[in-house]
Amino acid sequence: MQTTLARNKSQLWSGGKSPFNVSYGKLMMWYFLMSDSFTFGAFLISYGSIRFSLNHWVDHNYVFNEFPFTEANLPLAFVSLMTFILIFSSVTMVLAVHEGHKMNQKGVEKWVALTILGGLAFLSCQAWEWTHLITGEHKVLVDGTIKYWGTTMSHNPWGPKVMFNGELVATPGPVAFGGYFFGITGFHGFHVFTGVIINTVMLIKTKLGHFQQRGHYEMIEKAGLYWHFVDLVWVFVFLCFYLI
Amino acid sequence: MSAVTTTHAIDSDHNKAHVKRIWKAFWVLLILTILELGLGLTIYNIDLNPNPSESLVLGLKGIICILTLAKAFYIISIFMHLGDEIRNLVMSLAIPALSFIWFIFAFIYDGNSFKNLRNTDAGSRKYIEKVQQHPVPAIKEGEKN
Repeated sequence: MQTTLARNKSQLWSGGKSPFNVSYGKLMMWYFLMSDSFTFGAFLISYGSIRFSLNHWVDHNYVFNEFPFTEANLPLAFVSLMTFILIFSSVTMVLAVHEGHKMNQKGVEKWVALTILGGLAFLSCQAWEWTHLITGEHKVLVDGTIKYWGTTMSHNPWGPKVMFNGELVATPGPVAFGGYFFGITGFHGFHVFTGVIINTVMLIKTKLGHFQQRGHYEMIEKAGLYWHFVDLVWVFVFLCFYLI
Repeated sequence: MSAVTTTHAIDSDHNKAHVKRIWKAFWVLLILTILELGLGLTIYNIDLNPNPSESLVLGLKGIICILTLAKAFYIISIFMHLGDEIRNLVMSLAIPALSFIWFIFAFIYDGNSFKNLRNTDAGSRKYIEKVQQHPVPAIKEGEKN
């Protein structure tokens, strides 16, 4: 197998087998992920162009500076925790795929179960973050009066600051921020949720011994590709919303 | 179909090397993320100054973008095993993805141009940055709603 693979690397396809040396299912998973990356890319690029078209955008270091169970000002802390959770669940997934190559059912079960836990932990973090943003109350000066707003799809209390009654108070910021933030992180969270469901199905099928009977764990590989893609998208969401 | 799926050898030497490579990729990703966080916090601290250097912040943001691309490369090539696939498959994915380079430049340029047009009424006047010169008139506490 290895020698034929090596020889095929430099040769043109002559029919009779998969042109890319991967199965149909895996190839189509790659193409699905490519099309999905265009969806995410379109969202993020639209976010970028709106952000560049405005004189003022929010300062992410002040919007995302909270951490559960503490009042301290900790910019980037919570989102880095989420990033580490997702990177780690990516590692457990790739180890599950590896155990699948070795036809080790127990190993696959262990690592897929850990991946599911990682996904659920990430979703819980996101739920906390969203709740905190939506229900949080921030002082905003709206038409000469002080109001207390949360960050939602229609309210953005993170606009430029002005002097009011001898103190600096924020004014309403661009409404687009909430739409893009909740839209894109929500779409990503939906992917994580789907990934958790797919991995749960994979775990059940592994436990039932379906892949052992089939003679290969290719389904775990395909689920793994999807899961790594979710991690890959998070890398860019993390960049666009929390770092720059 | 199973013939094409078992492309990875199952002997134990290859096995150990493979697990080692996975963990190496994990550490690389972790270190790159920590570097990004460090740069992000540097930007936060620079912005605390009354007159932050804009070009320095922009440069740091550029470095963060490059680190992110490195992370994406590691995830795709090691975790998703695309580095182990044959070149035609890699190209059939990479070439369409290259159009992102154009999209990013075109749309961000468009956004920036829209900002300039709006700020200058389509070039008919000079852009004056709106700075709050006078404090907003005070309102009595009772009028709060």
